This record gives sequence, C-alpha cells and structure tokens, in this order.
Amino acid sequence: MEMLAFLIPIALFLGLIGLVAFIWAAKTGQFDDPEGDAARILIDDDHPLP
Amino acid sequence: MSDATITVDRGCPSGLSPAESSNNGDVSAFVSERGDKRVLNLAVRGAKCAGCLSKIESALTALPGVVSARLNLSNGRLAVTWTGELNPNVVVSTVSALGYGVSPFDNDQSQRQAENEERSLLIAMGVAAFAAANVMLLSISIWAGHGEMGEQTRRVMHAISGAIAIPTALFSGRVFFASAWKVLRSGHANMDVPISLAITLALGISVVETIRGGEHAYFDASVMLIFFLLIGRFLDARLRRRTHAAAHQLAALQAQSATRLQPDGAAKSVRAGEIASGDTLLVAPGERLLVDMEIIDGESEADESLVSGESLPRMAVPGVKLYAGTVNLTQSLRGRALAAADDSLLSEISRMLEAGEQRRSAYRRIADKAVSLYVPLVHTTAALTFIGWMLAGAGIREALMIAVSTLIITCPCALALAAPVVQVVASERLFSKGIYLKSGDALERIAECDHVVFDKTGTLTVGEPVLVDKDAASPSLERAARLARASRHPLSRALVKAAGPGRVAPHVKEHAGLGLTAELDGIECRLGSAEWVGKEIPAMSSRLQLWYAEGDDAPILFEFEDALRSGALQIAEALRRRGASIEILSGDREDAVRAVADKLGVSEWRAGARPSDKVERLEALRAEGRKVLMVGDGLNDAGSLSLAHASLAPGGAMDVSQSASDAVYTGGGLEAIVSMIDAARGARSRMLQNFSLAAGYNLIAVPVAVAGFATPLVAAIAMSASSVIVTLNALRPSARGS
Repeated sequence: MEMLAFLIPIALFLGLIGLVAFIWAAKTGQFDDPEGDAARILIDDDHPLP
Repeated sequence: MSDATITVDRGCPSGLSPAESSNNGDVSAFVSERGDKRVLNLAVRGAKCAGCLSKIESALTALPGVVSARLNLSNGRLAVTWTGELNPNVVVSTVSALGYGVSPFDNDQSQRQAENEERSLLIAMGVAAFAAANVMLLSISIWAGHGEMGEQTRRVMHAISGAIAIPTALFSGRVFFASAWKVLRSGHANMDVPISLAITLALGISVVETIRGGEHAYFDASVMLIFFLLIGRFLDARLRRRTHAAAHQLAALQAQSATRLQPDGAAKSVRAGEIASGDTLLVAPGERLLVDMEIIDGESEADESLVSGESLPRMAVPGVKLYAGTVNLTQSLRGRALAAADDSLLSEISRMLEAGEQRRSAYRRIADKAVSLYVPLVHTTAALTFIGWMLAGAGIREALMIAVSTLIITCPCALALAAPVVQVVASERLFSKGIYLKSGDALERIAECDHVVFDKTGTLTVGEPVLVDKDAASPSLERAARLARASRHPLSRALVKAAGPGRVAPHVKEHAGLGLTAELDGIECRLGSAEWVGKEIPAMSSRLQLWYAEGDDAPILFEFEDALRSGALQIAEALRRRGASIEILSGDREDAVRAVADKLGVSEWRAGARPSDKVERLEALRAEGRKVLMVGDGLNDAGSLSLAHASLAPGGAMDVSQSASDAVYTGGGLEAIVSMIDAARGARSRMLQNFSLAAGYNLIAVPVAVAGFATPLVAAIAMSASSVIVTLNALRPSARGS
C-alpha cells in the first residue's frame, strides 16, 4: 500500500502537465482556426537546399 | 515565398467554391496603424482549402513591404501587415484578381468579448474534465475496495479527492455561483441556483464525511456535475459567438466607404461611421448611399428599390432627399449628409427596431420554461425527502445525506445539455447550407411560425427588370443594346443582359430622367422614355417600358418585368404543405404586386406599403394571435423584421435588415426558407424529446434517491448516462436529412 504514496502523486502530476499544456494552448489561440490549421499542413512551402 | 507560382485559374483551385468578384470602393479608410506597421483586416469569401490559403498568402507576401498575411480559414478573415507606402487598394485588388470576394472588415469590441468568454469557458471545462477524471479514478478504487479497504486508506483517498475537487469547484464552478448569486439578489431563481446549492452541499457533506472517516463522499459527483454542465455552457457560448461572427461578417461585406469633400475641396475616403451631419459627400454613378442625404448639385437617377421597394428609378435633382441604401445610377451627385437629422427615414426605422427588440427580448426560451417548472420541483422533493426521513426516525446526518443525493441525482445535467446540443447541431447543419443563424432561440421561434409575410422586391422577385418578349424585339435589340451598354440604368442593363456582349456605340449622351442619344452609321438614335423618342404616351401598361427610335422610323417598344426568383412557385407550395399561410407586403406599385401575387396564388397582398404600414399590419396579425415569419431585404422592412415573431433576410439585404432579422441566407434561392423551417421544427421536436428523456430519467432516479439507495456510484452512473443519451439523441441524423 506504500506504493500508493508514490503512484497517486505521479498520476496527478502527469495529469497536471496535460492540463497546463491545454490551458497554454487555449490561451495562445491554438483552437481559433481549426479548419485553417488542418489545411495548412498540406501547403508545400519548404525550400530544398540548393 | 516570393518564388511561389500563382495559378492563373480564378477562385478555389480545388473547385469547392466558384470564383467571386468584389466591387469595392476605396478601402484606405479601414487601415489601422501600429507603430510603423499598417494593418488591414479583410473578409474573404470563397476560400475553402489549403490551395486557397497558399494562393492568397503567397500572392500577398510577394507584394513589396508586406510583413505578414494570414488567412483564418474558419471565419474567412485575412490580416495583412505591411510597412512602407503600399496602397491598401493594391492588397484588395490582388486578392480580388485571384478570384475571391473581398471586403474590408471592422473588428469590433463585442466580438472580442465573446471570444474571451468562450475561451475562459473552454479552460474552465478543461480543468473540470481533468479533476473529474482523477477524482473518478480514486472513487472507483474506493468502490472496488469496498469492505476490504482499511478506514485509514479510504480517508486518505477521500482527502486527495477533496484536495482536487474543492479548488476545481471554486475555479470552474464560479460560472454558476456568480449567476446564481446575481439572480438570488434580484429575488428570482434560475437553473444555476439548484446547481450551486447541490455543488456546495455535496462538497460540504463530503468534507465532513472525510474528517469523520465515513464510507461515502460526493466529491466525484460534484466535479462531474460541473464538467457536464460546462459542456452545455460552452456549446451555448460557441453557438452564440459563431452566429454573431457570421452575421457580423455578412454586415461587414457591405461595409463600404464614402467620398467626403473636405472644406479645401480635396476628396477623402471615409468610413460610414465617420460621416457627420452636414458633410459634403460625392456619390459616383453606381455607388450606394451610406447615409441620408440632400442633393445640392448634380442631376441623376436613383434606384430606391432597397429603400422603398419601388422598382422604377426616380429623378434626383438638387433639393431632393435620398435615403441610405439608394443607388445613384447615371451621373455623379454632390450632397449634404443628414445623418443626424431626426426626420430621416433611418431614425424612424431605428425607433421601430428598438420597439421590436424589446418585444423579442420578452420571449422565453423553451429551456427557461423547463427550468421554471423544474427548479421548484427539485427543491420541494429534496426538502420533503429530508423531512420525511427525519420523521421516519433517521438521524439528521443520514436524512441530510439522502436529501443531498436526491439533489445531486436530479441535478439538471441532461436538462442543461438538452437545448444547446440540439441548437449547435442544427445551426451547424444550416451553416453548411449557407444559412447563418443569429441565436439559438431563433430556431425555437421559427418553428412556431404559421404565417409567412414576404416583401416582394428583392425577396420574391430578383429585384431587377428582365426583358419580357425577347424574340419580338430581336432585330433592333442589338442596335439598341449598343446605346444601352454605356448606361447604368437598370432598364439599360436588362436590355444588355438580353442582348449579350457586343459593341458600344460611340459618344453616347445620357440625359437623366429621359434617355440616351448616339449616332449609329450617321443616323441619330434615341433610347428612353416615350416622350424622349417623341411618341404619344400609350395606354397604361403594368410593365416597365423602354422605347428605341432610329432617325424618323417608328419607335420600337421593349417591355420589362421584375421576374420571380427561381423556385418561388415551389416555395409557396412547400410552405402551404407545411401549414403556413402566405402574404405579400410590398412598397411597390399595385399592378406589379398583383402580378406576383396572382402567379403565386396568394390572395392576401398589399402594395404601396410604407414602413409604418408594414409595422401596423404585423401588429394586427400579432393581435390575431398569428405567429409571423417575415422575409424581407429592404430598409423599409427593417422595422417589421424586428417586430415579427421570427424573421429572415437574404444575403444581399441592407445591413440594418440583416441585423434586425434572426437568420440570413446567402445565395439567391428561396429554398433556404423551407430548409430553415424544417430544421427549426426538427430541432424543436428533438429538444422536446430531450426534455422528455431528462424527465424520464428523473422519474426513475428520484424514487431511488428518495428511498435512500443512491450511493455515489449509482449517482455517478445515472448522471453520466442521462447526459450521454441526451447528447447522442441530438447528434442523431434526422429523417428529413437536414
């Protein structure tokens, strides 16, 4: 049962990282243009080295 | 990206959307400066795919001085930033040349506020989801270990749950607490009152139980409650923002600039909002007036069809007052703005709009009606449960526990989700058909309508004249069209449309209010009214006429008619099948309206109606208890649009009319009206189904809770199940395929 003393905090900490990442993403406007972001990945704008 | 190749084809390269053209004035009034950078926000129509994105962005970044160009595909907004002396009109023409419709876009305050509200709800929802998942995991361990787990371990698990649940409730639950506190102070109750009460009681009891090492804690129930309710709130906010943005964008498509003559004689492009009463404005031929104005110089013809519904143009000479929305046709005019004048048509209409707004805000949504029934019921049940168990000899603690579990289990998760999910799904489906809803309750109101009132010009009819008997006139048609091509008069344009492309006669002279003259092969030709070609005025005809004469030959008559929109006949039929009666209210001439009414088989119609007449008629219909759906596009319809039970405006309507109506449909088709009504009725029945599902759930769950069998496990399962069922029912595709 002492295992729980480690496992529960670890689980909570990992979940918290996810939550912080989500809040950061929402605050920086990553959910503002879902359609555009889906389309942008198809744009061929890389320039091969000469 | 300057070496990117730009394809020559116009519009969306994947063919998802046809090329559009835009007709814009000077956009320099919409440029804002940030430091040494200049920013222009544009609304782009027709951009649908990655090809459009790269086409537009690479073409713009190739322009000299452009720092960034970013197109938001979700809402069609394009932000262009540049430094230096680039002319903003070049930006617009570049996008326009690629085959996209483009117009300046004004970012407003309320838009940004709505965006922030949606974002904070999203974050609150994310936090609640995190807490619900973790607390649930801990709770499942407790339930699974029931009977085997030691009291010490259980207490620790409860304490950890509490440590997650209490901050979450404070952060994510503040939406409900704030709203409940606000209504309680004003002496009312809404859905948020039982929610807040349940959350607070559940948390309080759980803390007490944890301290004394009890078996049951309700931390999981309280965070799940918050999570499910926030889903409903978030969907509601998203719907409101999206519909608001869509409506705003449609209005922005018409945001145009006017030319003001400065005191020193220089012409300057200004936004509509910057025009003050008394300014001198210059109106070029083909330009639309943005404010009421009195003509001080120039002689022209004005098309007032959007203002009065009158399809024939009228003479504009010094001293004449023209209203906003009028299109100047032939010569450029100079006028004094009357924006602030109290006797203007616009101020009369805005008074009517206010009256309509008040009427409409009194409408109670289905969800509100459900809540007003539900809240007292829940509270009474919980209170009776408490009293009942006390009388039956249970201790205060046990009675309170059971009362709280009743309160939690009846808590309106499903009820809170019932309406918003259905509305979001329905409006998303309408959105893909080019119909923009303003609000969720518009759907409810449209579903109730049983009487449809149409404006004629621009709504039932195309709004522009069409040549009637093309074959009979054909020999001279081409020659007449050579004169007509030089003119912007609606009849000339109709003639040109019938004749097709061709040459223009040299040196065409236009005489406002009379007609055109030109020399063709050395013969003087005239095109215009009967007096202009020297003909006695014949017997009155209901049709619009244009005469064409070559030298002394007998003049030839062309007749025009405002044609019905495609599908108008089927729509009338489809509406009748749906049990709605039809009426036409128009500001146009009597014979023109009668012709349309006869074709559609409508017996109730009225011609020559002023805005106040329309409002009166709608008041009368309301007094009869009819629920009116008004469809109109003109400035003269705005008052009645806001007064009707529900209203629709086509995409080409005046922006006042668009903002006064509940929904805007784009594209010329009237089919949108029928699909709108079908979708609204479908959504309404789906909402009622959801409310019955929620009620059914309560019928089963409440006796279980009152009897004292509702352990936290039962409460959690019952609550989630009811919410999921309601959501799935909303997402179920409808039988009509809408």
